[in-house]
Amino acid sequence: MAGNNKQAQHNHRKVMSRADLSKRLVGKLKNDEAVIGGIGWTNFELWGAGFRPQNFYMLGSMGLAFPIAHGVAIAQPNRRVFGLEGDGSLLMQIGALGTIASRGPKNLVMIVWDNGAYQITGGQPSTSATVADLVGLARASGLEKAFWADDEAHFDKLIDRSLSEDGPFFIAAKIDSQKPAATTHRDPVQIRERFMRGLGVRKEPHAL
Amino acid sequence: MNSADPNGQRAWYEIVRDVLKENDVRLVTYVPDNVLSPLMKALHEDPFFTTFCCTREEEAVGIVTGAWMGGMLGVVLMQTSGFATLPNALASLAVPYQIPLLMIISERGSLGEFNLGQAMVCRTMRPSLDSMGIEHHTLRRLDEVAFIVDRTISQAVSTQAPAALILNALLTGGKVEKKEK
Ligand SMILES: Cc1ncc(C[n+]2csc(CCOP(=O)(O)OP(=O)(O)O)c2C)c(N)n1
Repeated sequence: MAGNNKQAQHNHRKVMSRADLSKRLVGKLKNDEAVIGGIGWTNFELWGAGFRPQNFYMLGSMGLAFPIAHGVAIAQPNRRVFGLEGDGSLLMQIGALGTIASRGPKNLVMIVWDNGAYQITGGQPSTSATVADLVGLARASGLEKAFWADDEAHFDKLIDRSLSEDGPFFIAAKIDSQKPAATTHRDPVQIRERFMRGLGVRKEPHAL
Repeated sequence: MNSADPNGQRAWYEIVRDVLKENDVRLVTYVPDNVLSPLMKALHEDPFFTTFCCTREEEAVGIVTGAWMGGMLGVVLMQTSGFATLPNALASLAVPYQIPLLMIISERGSLGEFNLGQAMVCRTMRPSLDSMGIEHHTLRRLDEVAFIVDRTISQAVSTQAPAALILNALLTGGKVEKKEK
């Protein structure tokens, strides 16, 4: 009975394009901000938004984009760190939000692409398609700066805020099911080494 | 066995804390465990370390992985059952990306275990580590703790590979069932 009637409020929002929002985000990064792209189409779209040495692409470890971003934010408190995650992935590791809220890293920004589905595995609906409100979950986990992006202009504004104000920020957008045009190049050692060089942790080895 | 004795002999957890510090391991993430609680307490009390509790061991692994890539070495503390939740994160993140992920695991499930569930979980641990090619050492003797912990950390960093230190009941006392009198 109630089960059929669970099109919650959070689903009456503008559905945007992940490709467009990923490009808008990357276009605003001017200070070598770190970006962690979660499993699947989240990181394909980040790859498609253009090469940056400060991008890290996950090839597995579903749900760990925010924990990895949290770790980078702890190690480099003066750099802004973005985690990009799909709704299915976030739901798998939802406890991470409380850990982040309890520690309050000021330089961490979490972005969720909510298509209400496990899209890359065949589009099976996730609970955010119906009952689960991801921003509600974030707020209830203690993240005060947790917002839905109402439209593209609002998304831009929220990103601007997250780049200038203290975080942690949690920004979620309802997105469509468009397949990314690009596929991440799957070379984990190369991804990790480039990322560490992009963060200034390592340099190209050379003789003195 | 669990506390520093009056002759100045450090307890196992004090040695582990000191060796972590000597190797500049600054970040500690964990999911609680009874046997590890004196180590967790010692690390919390020392401001050299950033120490906090996570909701899942996978989360703790993700955080330490990110911190390493950002230039800070860390360690994850867990019990045997926590390790059993990790093969996916290890095989798809720490191993292929060549992360010197340090794990300290308190061994439940052998030498007087009273819970069959724990005993079964324990049997999966070393085969899982071996199947992923992850270096692991079991600590049983107090006089070997400093050497094994120190060398394991330096090898993990030099070879860019995860490593596990398993704390056996012979070292920690483990956990035994309280018998009704
Ligand atoms: C632990 C684990 N379970 C299942 C999978 C299979 N899997 C890979 S991606 C994915 C869906 C991810 O969904 P979401 O985060 O919403 O991203 P989307 O595909 O919708 O972009 C699943 C279930 C996996 N890789 N790891």
